[in-house]
Amino acid sequence: MSNSALIKSSIAKKYWMALTGLFLCLFLVGHLIGNLQLIIKTGEEGRRAFNEYAYFMTHNPAIMVLSYLTYFSILFHAIDGIALFIQNKKARPVSYAYNKPSANSSLPSRYMALLGTIVLVFIATHMSNFWWKMKVSDEVPMHTYYSPSSQDTMYLTQKGEQISTKQIRELGEIEGTELILKADKFNASIEQQYSSYLASNPGISDDQLADIEEQKKKLKSKKDEILAEGYKDLHTVVMAFFSKKNKSDSGVPLGLLGMFLYVISMAVLGFHLWHGFASAFQSLGMNHPKYTPLIKVFGRGYAIVVPLLFAIIPILIYLNS
Amino acid sequence: MSILDSKIPEGPIDQKWTNHKNQMKLVAPNNRPKIDVIVVGTGLAGASAAASLGEMGYNVKSFCFQDSPRRAHSIAAQGGINAAKNYQNDGDSTYRLFYDTIKGGDYRSRESNVYRLAEVSANIIDQCVAQGVPFAREYGGLLDNRSFGGVQVRRTFYAAGQTGQQLLLGAYSALSRQIGLGRVKMYNRHEMMDIVKVDGNARGIIARNLVSGKLERHSAHAVVIASGGYGNVYFLSTNAMGSNVSAAWKIHKKGALFANPCYVQIHPTCIPVHGTNQSKLTLMSESLRNSGRIWVPKKKEDADAIRNGKLKPTQIAEEDRDYYLERRYPAFGHLVPRDVASRAAKERCDAGFGIEANDTNEGVYLDFASEIKSKGKQVAYAQGDHNPNEETTIRLGKKWVEEKYGNLFQMYQQITAENPYETPMKIYPAVHYTMGGVWVDYNLQSTIPGCFVAGEANFSDHGANRLGASALMQGLADGYFVLPYTIANYLSNEIRTGEISTDSKEFENAEMDVAESISSLMHVKGNRSVDHFHKRLGLIMWNKVGMSRSEAGLKSAIAEIKGLRDEFYNDVFIPGESNEMNAELEKALRVADLLELGQLMAVDALNRNESCGGHFREEYQDDEGETLRDDKKFKYVSAWEYKDREATNSALHKEDLKYEAIKIAERNYK
Amino acid sequence: MASKFINVTLKVWRQKNADSKGNIETYQLSKVSTDSSFLEMLDQLNEQLINEKQAPVAFDHDCREGICGSCSLYIDGRAHGPQTQTTTCQLHMRSFNDGDTIYIEPWRSKAFPIIKDLVVDRSAFDRVQQSGGFVSVNTSGNTMDANAIPIPKTDADNAFNAATCIGCGACVASCKNSSAMLFVGAKVSQYALLPQGKVEANKRVQNMVRQMDEEGFGNCTNTGACEVECPKGISLENIARMNREFLKSNLTSEK
Repeated sequence: MSNSALIKSSIAKKYWMALTGLFLCLFLVGHLIGNLQLIIKTGEEGRRAFNEYAYFMTHNPAIMVLSYLTYFSILFHAIDGIALFIQNKKARPVSYAYNKPSANSSLPSRYMALLGTIVLVFIATHMSNFWWKMKVSDEVPMHTYYSPSSQDTMYLTQKGEQISTKQIRELGEIEGTELILKADKFNASIEQQYSSYLASNPGISDDQLADIEEQKKKLKSKKDEILAEGYKDLHTVVMAFFSKKNKSDSGVPLGLLGMFLYVISMAVLGFHLWHGFASAFQSLGMNHPKYTPLIKVFGRGYAIVVPLLFAIIPILIYLNS
Repeated sequence: MSILDSKIPEGPIDQKWTNHKNQMKLVAPNNRPKIDVIVVGTGLAGASAAASLGEMGYNVKSFCFQDSPRRAHSIAAQGGINAAKNYQNDGDSTYRLFYDTIKGGDYRSRESNVYRLAEVSANIIDQCVAQGVPFAREYGGLLDNRSFGGVQVRRTFYAAGQTGQQLLLGAYSALSRQIGLGRVKMYNRHEMMDIVKVDGNARGIIARNLVSGKLERHSAHAVVIASGGYGNVYFLSTNAMGSNVSAAWKIHKKGALFANPCYVQIHPTCIPVHGTNQSKLTLMSESLRNSGRIWVPKKKEDADAIRNGKLKPTQIAEEDRDYYLERRYPAFGHLVPRDVASRAAKERCDAGFGIEANDTNEGVYLDFASEIKSKGKQVAYAQGDHNPNEETTIRLGKKWVEEKYGNLFQMYQQITAENPYETPMKIYPAVHYTMGGVWVDYNLQSTIPGCFVAGEANFSDHGANRLGASALMQGLADGYFVLPYTIANYLSNEIRTGEISTDSKEFENAEMDVAESISSLMHVKGNRSVDHFHKRLGLIMWNKVGMSRSEAGLKSAIAEIKGLRDEFYNDVFIPGESNEMNAELEKALRVADLLELGQLMAVDALNRNESCGGHFREEYQDDEGETLRDDKKFKYVSAWEYKDREATNSALHKEDLKYEAIKIAERNYK
Repeated sequence: MASKFINVTLKVWRQKNADSKGNIETYQLSKVSTDSSFLEMLDQLNEQLINEKQAPVAFDHDCREGICGSCSLYIDGRAHGPQTQTTTCQLHMRSFNDGDTIYIEPWRSKAFPIIKDLVVDRSAFDRVQQSGGFVSVNTSGNTMDANAIPIPKTDADNAFNAATCIGCGACVASCKNSSAMLFVGAKVSQYALLPQGKVEANKRVQNMVRQMDEEGFGNCTNTGACEVECPKGISLENIARMNREFLKSNLTSEK
């Protein structure tokens, strides 16, 4: 009985809401620290710091575990919340003709489900805008840095051949943060280029052919070659997204709109946290005459500061674009 | 030859109960599930009896008219519960509690019952603490006590001003446990309409389901009536709106004698009446007399000025105040018994010193100013401030008072819109408790075999006046520690009876009678509401069978009540139907019984040509207005036998009261 | 206290029985003394209805001194009316003004079905209590001496504060989720704080919570409305304590 009670009972549902909620509060802090890179450092330095952070967040094994926990928390928090909401609606089939809840409870506390749903919608769009691009799609351009071991321009190979970003993507591989030109792929590509050249020039002389063979040998690299450090350039994506210049074909100011919706979402998140933070402690049974007032104050501070800092970022990006 | 056999066991007073317990017959555990017991009422007596009988293994059916057994009016008791624990080392003992109770009852209670009550009092506290009743404690973690009227020791256990609530919830929790275990079947929102007798024995009841209006038959091998007192005969009282005499009255009509109906306790500290639409009076616990001082102005002109709003009580100088209880009863001061304190308040108000601006100018002050100061000083001292300033003293004093009586002060403020921390409370006596009730023998059995009566509904322990904090004690003593033994003695003859059918002629007739009486009331279709009659009955009772009674007044009350009753049966209007939830019908059925009881109270008061306890006959008082008891002629219990609706036809039976352990004496609190 | 008289318009929920569909009826009531309690005002309305040969309004009430917990009523959008720490019977008409329109509705909760008009069935509370709201001690008179176990005053006081619950159901009525956590939390707390109750603490909290859930009460979302509207001012700390007890019980019990 007790095992199912830890999942099914009304109190257990609250534990899970509280635990996932508090975990998400921690996540927010981590996320915020990263996001602040967008405004703390500017120019190339900022771009690199942010992209490095984005890389770290997507590649560190510990962070990976945490990120799965985060996905789980978001999902569980949402599903559990919806289940609670439905159950609670059922508990009062007929509502009051005249009700004055403002007399006994705060507005956010009464609209947690609504606020949470808005936050969930935000999270969904937010993830499709950035997370999806970062994690799954190939739309994010590469941001590569000159590698000390390679030549002075990032597009020049050791053999002095210029290659395009597209080619890098085709021929190279990112291992860790290093962009490596794969010898076998590169060689195969050279081979293919020459054979297509030969195919289109049937009347070529033997001398010329020998020269070409010589050239080919030179060009073909012997080993894998580190070209540069490469990151997916999320920084540019973010900057572009919230830019004044981001307009649809018909001229809708998408950047402004995005910034505006982001700020509103943060306000909603703030209200959600205003009640949610301290409430989580209560749900977990932590209520103490000495500490609860502190938790409440801290929770409210948290609910203001964290969303505010989040919201400042797109505003600054927009203004500076 | 009287039909009354009080069945007092032989032996010295302190051995009677023990010997009796040793000699009573038992029912073996395997036989108990074959026996049904009905308990009517879920107050302290009813709930504790039902729970205890359920624990023992009987099949118990418990009935209450409220929506939950937890609502019974025991819950409203404020001050405390007495027990001879002597935790305070002030010389308390079983004997002293026994003695105080007999003396407090003005030597009109049955010695053996009272001694048993004192004897089991300590067990009650043990039992309640074991149940998790959160009594007030001192910082050392041990139980705290306060003192109450009529005694010179501190033996009252309390839980702020909500002792009754806590004790009732304790009994309710024990009852709930038995309900959960299936040993007690609970019938909420059911009212007992009549008792069913088969071959002269109580064999069940007819109950009305107050939600559906349906009449139900319930059989049992014994019936316990624990339905409380009849103070609502006065309309305005500290009783709950639903408190009624009906269960007790129905058994009275079927052969149980009704004892000492005229003994009514008028509680000295209630909030005065304010208007004609008032539905009830609110008690301010007697425990407040531990801390408050009662006074009226010494000068009539001051009283006038206060009533006219020209003077505030705080403006009356100390020397212009008459602390009349301290003046008249220096030994007990504010802690004289309730009847004495009430009469003293009435005396002052009748003399024109009342301070409340209501129709009758009836009200006196209960002042906490001195206590706030003295306790404030004590608290400051304990905190290390040996010379506190006035402001600190008062602040700490108020805090002390709040901790002790906070809920009472809050309640007072709710009702009167005055702040009792700043201005003295206004109080006046109000009907509170009825010492009279169904006559029972030592085993708490009425004159109907198999019908037991417990708690306020019986008459036995408080004589002519009950001491504060003794009602809770009696209710729980009856339910936890007396009935379970004595009822077993009776039930030991029932193990072969088998299940009692409700299809018998007796049940059928009883149900038909009830249906008929309901139908006849519904068909009056007159013009007046039930409350109209109830209020008029209340006025007659308060004015003529109230705090002071006279031969002429009582005689006219008897006639007036008869007239009112005739009018009731001709002109009452009950809306709705009988087969639905119908609060007016419920009230009408209760008021119909009160209209008979009220008359019997007047008849009893007229018969008792003496003043004792709560019964004060103007003809029998000394020069100082103190009661004159007549032990030669009236040292008996008046037990009335029902003949018909007209109480003047009731037959009087007398149970002579024998005092062997206590020397009967004048009751003196000076 | 100088009494004055006011006129009020009452919007009262009328419902003939559990199965019928109810509606709000409007009544005019004049000459209501401001010294009357709210229930005395309803008495006055009923007297008026009876004189007009109409059905009086059914409502639960008994002690009229704020302790029995019978009276309920959702008055002007709040349980027990506009004042805090007040039962309806202790609410006085001086809290209203001449000409006011007052809404009077029954408690609304699936677990408290309406019986008639303003009367609801709160036996769900009884059943929760029956599932574990007690110390399993039989009547004996031989239990140990009441002073055998000293109890710290703060524990005793906190237990008492939890035990002052009158079971009126205002917590359920004002909670947007119809949650009964304050009621159950208070009971669990009272016993959890006292040594007498600790023995059965694990079983008690599990049984009471299970029964509470079965009765169809909603979940607590910590809005705190119950604490504000509770006529006895029972603290949210009791809900937290129940949450704690429930967790502890589930983690440590062997079953």
